[in-house]
Amino acid sequence: MHAFLGLIRHDLRLAARQGGDIGLVLGFFILAVILYPFGIGPEPELLRRIAAGIIWVAALLAAVLSLDRLFASDYGDGGLDLIALSAMPLELAVLAKSAAHWLTTGLPLVVVSPVLALFVDLDPAALPALVVGLLLGTPAMSLIGAIAAALSLGARRPGVLLTLLVLPLYLPPLIFGTAAVEASLSAEGARAHLLLLAALTMAALPLAPLAAGAALRQALD
Amino acid sequence: MSLFPETAELVGENLACRRGERLVFRGLECRLPPGGTLVVTGPNGSGKSSLLRLLATLLVPAAGRLLWNGAPVARDPAGYRGAIHYVGHLDGVKPALTPREMLGFWTALRGAEHPAIDAALAMFGLEGVADWPCRWLSAGQRRRLALARLIAAPAPIWLLDEPSAALDGDGEARLAAVIAAHRDAGGSVAVATHQPLAITGAMSLALDDFAAPAAELLAV
Repeated sequence: MHAFLGLIRHDLRLAARQGGDIGLVLGFFILAVILYPFGIGPEPELLRRIAAGIIWVAALLAAVLSLDRLFASDYGDGGLDLIALSAMPLELAVLAKSAAHWLTTGLPLVVVSPVLALFVDLDPAALPALVVGLLLGTPAMSLIGAIAAALSLGARRPGVLLTLLVLPLYLPPLIFGTAAVEASLSAEGARAHLLLLAALTMAALPLAPLAAGAALRQALD
Repeated sequence: MSLFPETAELVGENLACRRGERLVFRGLECRLPPGGTLVVTGPNGSGKSSLLRLLATLLVPAAGRLLWNGAPVARDPAGYRGAIHYVGHLDGVKPALTPREMLGFWTALRGAEHPAIDAALAMFGLEGVADWPCRWLSAGQRRRLALARLIAAPAPIWLLDEPSAALDGDGEARLAAVIAAHRDAGGSVAVATHQPLAITGAMSLALDDFAAPAAELLAV
């Protein structure tokens, strides 16, 4: 437990000290969302219809942008050796790093998403479904991203490989996340989709660390 | 009198290491008794770093096995990892953090409840820079910081890969003193090095003796 909390604290401290990383992710998220109204032109009806999709896709891309720093710097500077030799199994270390990643990227994305919803004219009634959906879905994104980040270590162009690996895996949270927003405006209600998002995160919680741990062992060898 | 009663002999049996298609060494036998020092020598590429990574369980041997306390390390890898310190040639220092924060993190990773961080910093002469960001440290100071891990949380077996690289004369003297104190306390040290270290009574292991002939490269 000491080692687990120590690793989270270390990663949070690093992120705070290198504030640029969080700023970069948030900046990308905000700019990507703001680009759509310019690209689509003055058609509030169309914008409002695709608002949830815009925010979810931009959030996914922003999350991908931040994944390369999850293990790559520790891999490059030898820190990963020490994590592998620590008092906790590598799987727990993956969980700790994913938690720190979510706290420094997923959570800020959730926090700014209501403001961005204004830019794309999302129906205020759908706002709770958007925010709760992101809150439930972004942890799965950090966890699934950890698998791809671990697999891409040692590749010649890790950033590109990582993106190609992770985007298809992000389809389920994207589908349920946008569907939740849509459904919240109909009689159906967002509950079923939000539960599915929660299920995704609950499934990724034990499975992703196992997969990423195996990939890290491969990278260390 | 031993500080580390749990220290037991580390034995490598018939170890082979393979990197990609190349068999780096094979048939390697080594013993590291409590209080002992093993100096690993050999030309570049002979597998010194690979042997130390193998002893640290970071590499899986292509053949052979490690025994610690008379039992295979593979049976209780977590227990064994708690008993070793591995200092490789990459030091894992984050430019944005201070030496004190780095040592705090490293000892937390080991699960150490009461790390001797100040003593470790003092032992390697880093008190003056303890609260600077590591990006201002020189290569030698980073090296000292990596070595300070050895003091901050005790472990009976030290695996050191070129520990004196980038160290100045004062740093080397401090390292030799730390190693001597560790051995006197019953700890053991395996060190890969080019520079002659001032260690008395060290056993030496020349890796050229275990190099695989070219014909064997693809055979195993």
